[in-house]
Amino acid sequence: MMVSITGDAGEPAAAPRGGRARTGSWPAAVPLLAFTALAFGIPAVALVLGAFTVRDPQTRTSAFSTSNLVESLQGNYLATLVSSVQLSAVVALLGAVLGAFLAQAVVTSRFRSLRESVLTASGVLANFGGVPLAFTWVATLGNSGVLTQALGLGEYGWSLYTFWGLVVVYMYFSIPLMVLVMVPAMDGLKPQWREAAGNSGATAWQYWRHVGIPVLAPALLGGTVLLFGSAFAAYATARAMVGSTVPLVTLQIADALTGDVLIGHENIALALSLDMIVVAALVMAVYLPLQRRSSRWLR
Amino acid sequence: MAAVTPILPTGTADPAAPAPASSPSSRPRRMRLWRGVVLGAAAVYFLVPMAASFWFTVHSEQRGFSLATYGEILTAEGFATSMLLSLALAAATIVVVLALTLPALLAVRLGASGLRPVLEVICTIPLVVPPITFVTGISTVLRWGPDYLATTPFWATLIAIQDETFPVVLVLAYVVLALPFVYRSLDAGLRAIDVRTLVEAARNLGASWPHVMFRVIIPNLRSAIASASFLALALVLGEYTVAALLGYQTFPVWIVTISGANGRLSVAVSILSLLITWLLLLILSGAGAKRKDSQ
Repeated sequence: MMVSITGDAGEPAAAPRGGRARTGSWPAAVPLLAFTALAFGIPAVALVLGAFTVRDPQTRTSAFSTSNLVESLQGNYLATLVSSVQLSAVVALLGAVLGAFLAQAVVTSRFRSLRESVLTASGVLANFGGVPLAFTWVATLGNSGVLTQALGLGEYGWSLYTFWGLVVVYMYFSIPLMVLVMVPAMDGLKPQWREAAGNSGATAWQYWRHVGIPVLAPALLGGTVLLFGSAFAAYATARAMVGSTVPLVTLQIADALTGDVLIGHENIALALSLDMIVVAALVMAVYLPLQRRSSRWLR
Repeated sequence: MAAVTPILPTGTADPAAPAPASSPSSRPRRMRLWRGVVLGAAAVYFLVPMAASFWFTVHSEQRGFSLATYGEILTAEGFATSMLLSLALAAATIVVVLALTLPALLAVRLGASGLRPVLEVICTIPLVVPPITFVTGISTVLRWGPDYLATTPFWATLIAIQDETFPVVLVLAYVVLALPFVYRSLDAGLRAIDVRTLVEAARNLGASWPHVMFRVIIPNLRSAIASASFLALALVLGEYTVAALLGYQTFPVWIVTISGANGRLSVAVSILSLLITWLLLLILSGAGAKRKDSQ
């Protein structure tokens, strides 16, 4: 048992056992790497290969082709993709603005308990997506929902199963997500800056325009991107709520996957998925560097 | 707000005299009003759907007020099987994801720090890739089975992981989806303890590796492991996309299935599943707050 406890790695005199613990520990990571290659890598490769493959229904042969991707960027398929991007963009911008206002109201509040409870509730609500969210809103503002009936909203042409209905529902997890991103960043705004601006004769608007918003910019932009990504990927809420009345790319992929396509066009789901990944990756390429910059505030 | 005023070379004896104070006092009042409006609107937006959907489940024109819908849940057809399936999947997912992630993170801490960027990428990708595209990939692989693997031993494996009673393929997918959350909470937990010293001390005293793992590392990471497990549990209990598109009747899929025949019941189950998820997450954030306090 000649193991030396040393802080610095790579000491040549280290005993074999100590050395193994230090330099040879990588095999412990092999299971995770192998699992990811298997459970994530294989589907990913299959997705990309399939998106570039066309299968002839008569001869049952497959051939390399870009026609799936071309088709996925045309007509009805393109419309769903555009509609999804629009929905996500509206949700992201609206959610970012409203979330920032709520965060500002919470941060400037004197009541510690209000702040704590809003943050806890945000943590919970930001994770509240999927099927239960859809049914909660259907019960509230759906065709036979409590509020719809009580206020007679149907007569004013209100319907939850529309683009703007989805926006209203998606706000329910987007605003809390934005609050979680913005509160730590807003805590970083020093009151002295505001005082300095005020004493120099700046109005509230000038303070925000030249001091507050530039300082908060990484968090604001990062949060907006995060909201975009979560709205773009959302499927369960839309499926449980609107069925297919609002064209969305996630709904379209699900339909294509479960056989609602022409024979020989089965791989259109894969091409649409690839489109989605490209959009999500582009958006995340903006987000990740920002997140790294503002992560010291986030946790 | 006006904390800097004493420095100002004001001629008046009292800096808080009425004349200069007029603007500082009107601004806080306007801000307080503004804050009240924002908080009030938020409260309405976030609380009304809760209250309204609860009212929806307990009140009807014909029967008036009754909690009977909540009584129906337990006896509803498919509730028990789908709930048990989701819980079993959650348990399997938690075990697998911890067994994979914990050794890998320890390896990074104990020397293989070159692997850290690799792990970061692996544990970020599931956040970038929308779950529905992930399912598309999985179902493509499963569909390829008959074409390419029918004559090989992999075929039997492929059939086995799609077993209706316990679909291993869902566990595989959920482990991938849970990786980012588990990675983050375990990494935060490991940051708080001196892993290398603990491991070296235990090894010097003659402990075997399993002993180090189960008697030294895991007890020290108890709260991080608990929060990772809670997050994975909440994820699996709420996951709809993967299960629905691969055709398995998990709990969220069941809620959608019954919604056609019994809307009231599906809303009641939604509220219930919400409460369960919230309880889990509240316990989680409570544990996190306690940990911060004790430090």
